Amino acid sequence: MAEQVTGAGEVVGYRHDDEQVDPPLLSPGYVATETRAPKRPLIPIAHTLSEVTGPVYGHDRIGELDHDLTRQHAGEPLGERIILHGRVLDGDGRPVRDTLIELWQANSAGRYAHQVDDHPAPMDPNFTGAGRAVTDSEGRYRFVTIKPGAYPWRNHENAWRAAHIHISLFGTAFATRLVTQMYFPGDPLFYQDPIFNAVRGERDRERMISRFDLDETVPEWALAYNFDIVLRGREATPPDIH
Amino acid sequence: MPEMPTPSQTVGPFFHIGLPDISPELVSPDDPDAIRIVGTVFDGEGEPVVDAMIELWQANRAGRYAHPEDTREELPLEDGFDGFGRSGTDSEGGFEFTTVKPGVVPGPGGVPQAPHIDVSIFARGVLKRIATRIYFPDEADANAADPVLTSIEDPEERATLVAVEDDGALRFDIRLQGDRQTAFLAV
Repeated sequence: MAEQVTGAGEVVGYRHDDEQVDPPLLSPGYVATETRAPKRPLIPIAHTLSEVTGPVYGHDRIGELDHDLTRQHAGEPLGERIILHGRVLDGDGRPVRDTLIELWQANSAGRYAHQVDDHPAPMDPNFTGAGRAVTDSEGRYRFVTIKPGAYPWRNHENAWRAAHIHISLFGTAFATRLVTQMYFPGDPLFYQDPIFNAVRGERDRERMISRFDLDETVPEWALAYNFDIVLRGREATPPDIH
Repeated sequence: MPEMPTPSQTVGPFFHIGLPDISPELVSPDDPDAIRIVGTVFDGEGEPVVDAMIELWQANRAGRYAHPEDTREELPLEDGFDGFGRSGTDSEGGFEFTTVKPGVVPGPGGVPQAPHIDVSIFARGVLKRIATRIYFPDEADANAADPVLTSIEDPEERATLVAVEDDGALRFDIRLQGDRQTAFLAV
C-alpha cells in the first residue's frame, strides 16, 4: 500500500519481514538469544519517509585497497587465497548500485584480530580481516581475501562455527538494512551450527551459502566463490531514483 | 518475479573489526544546536550488553533526509550532515551520540510525525536488526499526535520511546527484555 505524504509524493513501502525467511529472534539452540531476544511482539508500523530513506555511502568513502584483504599489511596473510564476488539485488531482481558492503572475518586459522577472541589459534600479523566495497552500476562487488577457518565457541558441548564471512549492507533505505553471514559449500559443520540453523527454511539457508565458481578463479593464483545478496523488495513499483 | 531475500544473521561479538564507529558525532559538539544522546543497553537479566552496536538514522534540523527519495527541495540539505551515526557499546553497555534534533517529517496520509530518530540495534545473540525510535521529551503535543506512538496502547510501553532529560543530555536506555522492555518496531 502506498501512503500519501505531503510535499514528498507517494511513499512506497518495502515488504515487511514476514518472519518466514529471517530467523526468529528467540532461537533456543543459540543460547545468547535467551536473554537478548525481545519477548513482547514487535509493533507493526507503516513505512514513512523515515523508513524508505537511509544512509548513502558512495565510492568517495572507499580506499583503493579496501576490497583486498590480502594487501593491507607488509606481507601476505597465510591461507587459501580466494576471490569473493557477486551482485547485490533488490527484491525484484534489479541491481542495487553504489551501495556500501562491509565485511569481516576470522583468519585462516579461525581467529579474529579482536581482543575478545581467546581461541588458542595463531594470529596472523598480515591479516586484519576487514574489507569494504561499493557496488558498481550493475550491482557487482568483488573482494580478495583468504578462506576463514572454523573456530570453537562455547554455545554447547564441543560447538564449532561453520566457516563464514560476516557481511553488512545498507541497501537503499533504513528498511533494507541487512547483516548476514556467508558460508562455504559443503561445510561439514552446518548440521551442528545453531546460528546457521536459526534460519528455518532449508532453501533460505541455501541462500547464505556461496557457490564455488571455477570461471572466476585465477589460474595459478586464487579460487573463487560467487555470492549474490538479495535485499528486501518493495510493495509496489517505486519511483526511479537513479 | 520477486527474489527471496538473503536471511539475516547475528553480527557476533567481533563486529568492531569490520564495522568501525563511523560517526557517533553526527554534528560537531560545537554546533549551537548540538544535543547529546546517551544510553545503556540491558539484557533480560538487567546486565549491560557490552557488545551491541547502535545505529541512528535521522532527518536534519529542517526535517529533510539526505537521500534522493526525500524530494522536498523547499527544505535545505546541510553540507556535512548525512543523518547517519554508528557506535558500539562500551564496557558498561553505554553509548553516546552527538547530533541535532530532527525537524518534522510527514507520515501516513500527510499527518506530521513528531521529531524522531530511527534506531537499529545489533548484538551477539541478536539474529536480526532490532528497530526502534527515539522521540523527544519537549515535544509532548507532537508526541501525543504521532502515528507510531499513538499506535502503542500501553502508556508505559509508549513511554519507553521518549528520551528523558539527564544532566544536560537526553537518555535513551534500551532494554531488550523484561517488564520495562523497550518498544520495538516491525520495520
